[in-house]
Amino acid sequence: MIMKKNKIYKFSGGVHPPEEKLTRQLPIEEMPPPKRAFIPLSQHIGAPSKAIVEPGDKVKIGTKLSEASGFVSAPVYSSISGVVVAIKDYPHTLGRSMPTIEIEADGEDNWDKSGKPRADFGNLAPDEIKTIIQEAGIVGMGGATFPTHVKLSPPKEKPINALIINGAECEPYLTADHRVMLEMPKEVLSGTKLIGKVLGVEKIFVGIENNKMDAVDALKSALNDTEIEIVPLKVQFPQGAEKQLIKTLLNKDVPSGGLPMDVGVVVQNVGTAVAVHQAVALGRPLIDRVTTITGPGIKNPKNLRIRIGTPILDVIEYCGGLSGDIEKVILGGPMMGLAQYDLSVSIIKGTSGILLMTDDQLDVTSQGPCLRCGNCVTVCPMKLAPLVYARYTQLGMFDEAENANVMDCIECGCCAYECPSHIPLVQYAKYAKAEIQATRREKA
Amino acid sequence: MLSALLTLSGLGLIAAAGLAVASRVFYVDVDPRIGTITEILPGANCGACGFPGCGGLAKAIVEGGAQVEYCTVVDKQAAIAVADVMGAIYTESEKDYAIIHCDFPAGGVSEKFKYLGVNDCRAANLISGGPKLCSFACIGLGTCKDVCPFDAITMTDEGLPVVNMERCTACGNCVEACPKNIIDLAPKSRVVHVQCSSKDKGGAVKKICTVGCISCMACEKVCPYEAIKIIDNIAQIDYDKCRSCGICVTKCPTVSIVNRRDHDLVAEISDKCNGCTLCARACPVNAITGEPKEMHKVDSDSCIGCGICVDQCKRGAVILKKVEKQAAVAKVRVVG
Repeated sequence: MIMKKNKIYKFSGGVHPPEEKLTRQLPIEEMPPPKRAFIPLSQHIGAPSKAIVEPGDKVKIGTKLSEASGFVSAPVYSSISGVVVAIKDYPHTLGRSMPTIEIEADGEDNWDKSGKPRADFGNLAPDEIKTIIQEAGIVGMGGATFPTHVKLSPPKEKPINALIINGAECEPYLTADHRVMLEMPKEVLSGTKLIGKVLGVEKIFVGIENNKMDAVDALKSALNDTEIEIVPLKVQFPQGAEKQLIKTLLNKDVPSGGLPMDVGVVVQNVGTAVAVHQAVALGRPLIDRVTTITGPGIKNPKNLRIRIGTPILDVIEYCGGLSGDIEKVILGGPMMGLAQYDLSVSIIKGTSGILLMTDDQLDVTSQGPCLRCGNCVTVCPMKLAPLVYARYTQLGMFDEAENANVMDCIECGCCAYECPSHIPLVQYAKYAKAEIQATRREKA
Repeated sequence: MLSALLTLSGLGLIAAAGLAVASRVFYVDVDPRIGTITEILPGANCGACGFPGCGGLAKAIVEGGAQVEYCTVVDKQAAIAVADVMGAIYTESEKDYAIIHCDFPAGGVSEKFKYLGVNDCRAANLISGGPKLCSFACIGLGTCKDVCPFDAITMTDEGLPVVNMERCTACGNCVEACPKNIIDLAPKSRVVHVQCSSKDKGGAVKKICTVGCISCMACEKVCPYEAIKIIDNIAQIDYDKCRSCGICVTKCPTVSIVNRRDHDLVAEISDKCNGCTLCARACPVNAITGEPKEMHKVDSDSCIGCGICVDQCKRGAVILKKVEKQAAVAKVRVVG
């Protein structure tokens, strides 16, 4: 069967910041396991998992440390072999302390033998694959960390007919997904097929921004059937946002307040596809991830495969330490990542990058008045008017902000990036959303 | 000409008749007292009474079910005027004011990061709980000041809010707006307050704040009225029991509790004293001395003006006298 070539559409708005992909040529290096791993019980959206180990317990790589505490939850696994030292609150990348399992390495780095490779993984039934994914603690590796098995369990009334694998990596600086596609195309495609099998979809796309044509070629040459279409996309931030990706590839608009499944689509990151392949084919739970350590503030930028729970300070040290005056450390990309104030936080399942910025890279001009230039409206990929809800929010008029559809904001940061008055428009949106959600909870 | 005149006059008459009927049929009986009371009320429409503006409260007062005290703003004179309109007698009740349970000196709490975002505590609180290292501390961007309809809150140079006791009407807007929940209301007669909200354990507090409550229990042990208790690692005053004696203030090792009285009180014993020793036995700081059956004396340096002796004396021989605030008490920061 030869599929008709898919037409590429365009999403409105967006920006094109300098790409700064310093690490695009650097192969993924394996970082040695840390001496101490700090594995938070909550590394995903949803209920925190419940610990099933106690201080003093011996664990190996891949030993289950916690049990999911609901459907929208995911277990965590030990990423090193050693002894559980403590289960207590440690700083978390979300900016507050959260229960974390601390493991001291024994230096042996042995695998738990309970997970076994499955030679016949191609014959597994969709539900079996889904159970393996759920058990392996796989969550959205692009950064949103939504438990993958939940996305793979759409309600019956919402049939899924297309799967999009997200290799856009539209954030400046980050190259982790790029390197994964280049170096592990077979795993990406195998994971993609497994996810496609669970969903029972006919159409599968892999969307990749066309500044990564080598990755497009690598995937194409690894592809031996026509089930999957590899599509190069225009470089435009936020091309890798779910709703924009769906618009570009399928010309479908996800309704306001809706999810991709409302238009019959599921979007998964390439890193998630690899994790699915590893869990299903190799019987290996999610214990590490590929992360880009980059920015002008690090001596040797790298793409690293890092064990989950490795403290960020260890990673910085492994990359030769800091260079220059560090002004800001961001986990994730510069547009949507979270700035950190404590470097003792550790790598979690969703950490796609560590970005170290020096002060000459940062614009700390203070906020000016809104000029009503409309730049924010032009670049908003959700067709919103950030200046309107920002003003309502400033005045405490949250009902009006809600009517201005602030809840549809995807917090991509295009508006704040373009604003000539340096107004923190994304923060206004986040603030309005928090207040509106609090009001909704009160009403309920 | 004549027909035009007749037509218009006729139309006018019909319209007049219509209006006359409508004014009878659709007449809305408005109690004139509602208007009068609305005039008397402050007109700030702050909503603290729970009704939609001053007019709403006036209506509720006239129609029953509401008291003028629901308005936290009215002064005594206005309250008496409202009572007059309603033909009732005004009885005074005590007014509350807002207390901010966090007060650190400049540099008392360090910052964990530079904050450059939206100038609003509620927005800042969403980012890792705000820039202050103490997660219970005042963020200091002045959201309470912004929501105060009476200009009763000002920000100090150190970035801390200060409540003007005279202006504060206890409308509660700041209490609701504060994302750290460190503001609450207390009766104006209560002047002893815990100026910390940290629920962290003592050791953790000491590391990040110079004046934080370390839950040492000294105040709880010394309080003669069982009014102050350590709950969730923080001293909390039950204002119903507290008599503002201030003993806890003198015992607090971290100056987390303050006495906001602008003067000191000292006990004085008059010649009515018959030397029964009740006051000396009750004094928590042993400031009263004297032989039985002889007139007792107060050591004004050690007296803290708690007034327990006044309650104990059966002959009314002990009174409290206002004196200027002493240097010895100057370690307590004067606020408000």
